[in-house]
Amino acid sequence: MTALDTAVDMSTALGAAPIPSPVLTASGCSANGAELEPFVDLTAIGAVVTKSVQLWPRSGRPTPRMAETPSGMLNSIGLQGPGIDGLLADDLPWLADRGVRAFVSIAGTRVEDFAALAERLRGVPGVLGLEVNISCPNVESRGEVFACDPVAASDVVSAVRAVADPAQPVYAKLSPDVTDIVGVARAVSAAGADGLSMINTLLGLVIDPDTMRPVLGGVTGGLSGPAIRPVALRCVWQVHQAMPEVPILGMGGIRSGLDALQFVLAGASAVSVGTAVFNDPSAVARVHDELAVALAERGFASLRDAVGYAHR
Amino acid sequence: MTSLTSPAARAAHPPVQRVVEVSGRRPVGAYVELTLAAPEIAERTEPGQFVAFAVGGPTSAHLLRRSIAIAGAADGAVTVMVAPHGPGSTWLAGLQVGDTVDVVGPLGRPYPMPSDGTPAVLVGGGYGAAALRGLAARLRAAGSPVIAICGAASADRLSSVDELGELAEVIVTTDDGSAGRQGRVTDAMAELLTSRAPGQVGVVYACGPMAMLRAVAEAATTAGLPSYVAVEESMACGVGVCMTCVLPVVGEDGRTRFSRSCTDGPVFGGDRVRFADVGTLPWDVVGADAMGVVAP
Repeated sequence: MTALDTAVDMSTALGAAPIPSPVLTASGCSANGAELEPFVDLTAIGAVVTKSVQLWPRSGRPTPRMAETPSGMLNSIGLQGPGIDGLLADDLPWLADRGVRAFVSIAGTRVEDFAALAERLRGVPGVLGLEVNISCPNVESRGEVFACDPVAASDVVSAVRAVADPAQPVYAKLSPDVTDIVGVARAVSAAGADGLSMINTLLGLVIDPDTMRPVLGGVTGGLSGPAIRPVALRCVWQVHQAMPEVPILGMGGIRSGLDALQFVLAGASAVSVGTAVFNDPSAVARVHDELAVALAERGFASLRDAVGYAHR
Repeated sequence: MTSLTSPAARAAHPPVQRVVEVSGRRPVGAYVELTLAAPEIAERTEPGQFVAFAVGGPTSAHLLRRSIAIAGAADGAVTVMVAPHGPGSTWLAGLQVGDTVDVVGPLGRPYPMPSDGTPAVLVGGGYGAAALRGLAARLRAAGSPVIAICGAASADRLSSVDELGELAEVIVTTDDGSAGRQGRVTDAMAELLTSRAPGQVGVVYACGPMAMLRAVAEAATTAGLPSYVAVEESMACGVGVCMTCVLPVVGEDGRTRFSRSCTDGPVFGGDRVRFADVGTLPWDVVGADAMGVVAP
């Protein structure tokens, strides 16, 4: 790596799990990592955050699944994936064989689904920790999204933490589509979350003026990209201010090292680069390098010194 | 159903990402042919593959990559035919010689080659015909007689007729009759298949709009011929991570999956793409049950 890496100590941690770089992929934006191998040294990045896995293989939704929007995009993929059996048989061994850290995103529609997934991932080589995608409809609550209800969100997190490998930190991924994100953050932290991933996409809609119908097959979709960055940063700021001791994995529209720096200054101890990877498949490594330069230029000896620095 | 095709195999080389210079620019009817000084992409390219461009520069508000089939790859340069229609492709078409652009490639699976000497029909719709140039050259080098059918709505939307003419017998069709015969490529193809003795056509390749690919694939399958089509689905990344460009495709095990056009394609066996089901979620797609779709 570059001389700049020795100038600034970029090491950080997800909960108690140390990582050499604070820059990770984002769930749903880098598949399960292998596709980025031609562009990025996957062993050097913080971790590959895998696409949310469920108990069974999922086809995902019909197309169109994507609409470009100003400085962002709307997606409605529907969590297409191989299911936990496929992930355990193919994707996680591929990553582990290469020494790539995996932060595994899990999703479900019942509390038991999440717990069953956490159980299956206990002790799996290369699995650094779990990110709990609670932005899923809860079939036992008429489809209300777990992340929008502090009680349902806490139920999932405590069930996962109870059965997950003690060596694997559990991060809850929060939705910005709530009136009080600090309230949800407090609830899931009290339920045992070792950290918080912030933020998931915002719910959005695009209508085609020619067909005069919604563009996406799934009608609504998740908005991501630089367009949502100020919203994400505000969420990280508010939660860090309320609970400075809780580790935050910040994400939402990060495209450059200076974008990442904003999240660190707001209180994130690591960041995920998501939609920017579609624009630049080497973005995760580039953001790491740019962040190291930005920290050095500002006189920081380590990344850790900069976490939450904007709150002074 | 016994399939006439095998799924296209992966390309021999992984892609690279490079910022490259535009070394040539030539307006061709409604299109702009761009040539890029991209030796590392050119040397890796196989016919049927594509490149993905970042558009608008490093601070662009248009984040999604624009994927375009490779028309030519030789002497350290890659050529693409840009059809300006939205802001991204219009930006690309406006690039001038000496400008730079971030490009990833070559991407996707190439057209499978038939056994040497197999007579081939190539069908190109609009700018899609450009994507068949490299294939035509490779087929000829392997001793295959090649017939190319190039069609478009009008004369200004034809492409690569001259280039293909150097390698193949070319039939031109336009919807409005402004060049070649009036009609569609599929009319010319149907005529060709009925007028030639059995065995005079061994394989069909196509690139163009989805409706055309569907008609070509169905005609080939009906005639008992293998066909390979390069699909044009909107992609966000081009490299396999976004999962937006999926199509229902029948695999070797006979099961249908939502397959990525970028990494599982863009070349698919024409009899394997379930064209009629594009944009829907059929119950027998692997994993449809988890989406709540049940068998009728």
